[in-house]
Amino acid sequence: MAVYKTIVENGLWKQNPGVVQLLGLCPTLAMTTSMVNGFSLGLATAFVMAASNASVSPVRKWIPKEIRNPVFILIIAAIVTVIDLSMNAFLHPLHNVLGIFIPLIVTNCIVLARVEAFAAKNPTLPSALDGLMMGLGLAGVLALLGGIRELVGKGTLFSGIDLILGPDAKSLIIHVIPDYHGFLLAILPPGAFIGLACLIAARNWAEQRKSNPTPQTGGALKPAL
Amino acid sequence: MAESIVKHTATTMAIMVAFSLVGTVFLASTYLKTKAPIEASEAAAKMKLFAQVLPVNEHDNDLLNDFVEMPAGGELNNRTATKVYTARLAGVATAVILEATARDGYSGDIKLLIGVRQDGSLGGVRVIAHKETPGLGDYIDIAKDNWIKSFDDLSLTSRASKEWQVKKDGGQFDYMAGATITPRAVVKATHRALAYVEVNKTLLFAAHSSK
Repeated sequence: MAVYKTIVENGLWKQNPGVVQLLGLCPTLAMTTSMVNGFSLGLATAFVMAASNASVSPVRKWIPKEIRNPVFILIIAAIVTVIDLSMNAFLHPLHNVLGIFIPLIVTNCIVLARVEAFAAKNPTLPSALDGLMMGLGLAGVLALLGGIRELVGKGTLFSGIDLILGPDAKSLIIHVIPDYHGFLLAILPPGAFIGLACLIAARNWAEQRKSNPTPQTGGALKPAL
Repeated sequence: MAESIVKHTATTMAIMVAFSLVGTVFLASTYLKTKAPIEASEAAAKMKLFAQVLPVNEHDNDLLNDFVEMPAGGELNNRTATKVYTARLAGVATAVILEATARDGYSGDIKLLIGVRQDGSLGGVRVIAHKETPGLGDYIDIAKDNWIKSFDDLSLTSRASKEWQVKKDGGQFDYMAGATITPRAVVKATHRALAYVEVNKTLLFAAHSSK
């Protein structure tokens, strides 16, 4: 059981792909203009990661070293295409919004990284969990970053949720700041970099406080004797 | 030695081929399963868009299958061949829905879908693709602002040619400070499309029956 606990911790916090490993930055930066966009792409990525880890792990012994990368990419690409087609069929409006970024999950290095680093060496169940947790860790970061950018940039939260839950869900959109004129920087690409930097800093700060609960007064350095 | 290399290569190749085959079967079956729903949702999305540029009660034909091909370029300025859909009420052509492209937006092409009635009035205009600055020029998009609705029901007769400009240039169309190039391009492209329909009226509203 301890193994599973470590996997969950690694995915969600210790080795979080979004703010620690910093893998897969392209979608992280590009699709987080709103919370719904960020979270949906994150969820799709999590699903791809769980599925690709779960499919590579059981066949790992039959994949020769020399061709492991082509085989991994083949498997990942197949799964992504299936998700792309399914979303196009059943979540058409959302598919239009996420557009090219769904097929681009193939090129997201975090997916291949987890297959190579984890699924190729571990049994199926832990591999699937690892993929799922890493993906959810990323989805969390995307949702948070999307939420921050949306709030600062447009003054709303959950805009676009009707694309997932149908037109009735429009009432769920929260206009946090009424009559807000918008802060364009947050929506444009620089906002993504600044927002991500703040998230990384916040995580590092939290981590530091955990490992060092009583900071030394005055921050004086001990002489290295 | 040589034999073992050959054997090893052959095995590796066989494994790669095997994985490719499994992948192909997997993809092909998904494709076949999702083909119909994708086509249905694309058609539904298209009909939803059509309904925005032409009220649904103004036609009773199967719009999606009643079209003529339009080559790229020309007055409508499209970069690729497009379809001009004909709306009919009891067999009589009542309106056309066509695409036009404004190439003089602030960044990249602005693609418009325009519904023009037989009497020359606009059923509506919608931007179907653009790359204008978010938060500045993107108010031409119905998702952000109602500006594009200001075209509803206008025609070449209801507004003189020189009024088909943004207010800044002496015309009748509103614009938002800081983003004039975008609405200017949209107004111009819409005006051009109306003129095109006017000139080619007999051709576009010809009584050719739908298949």
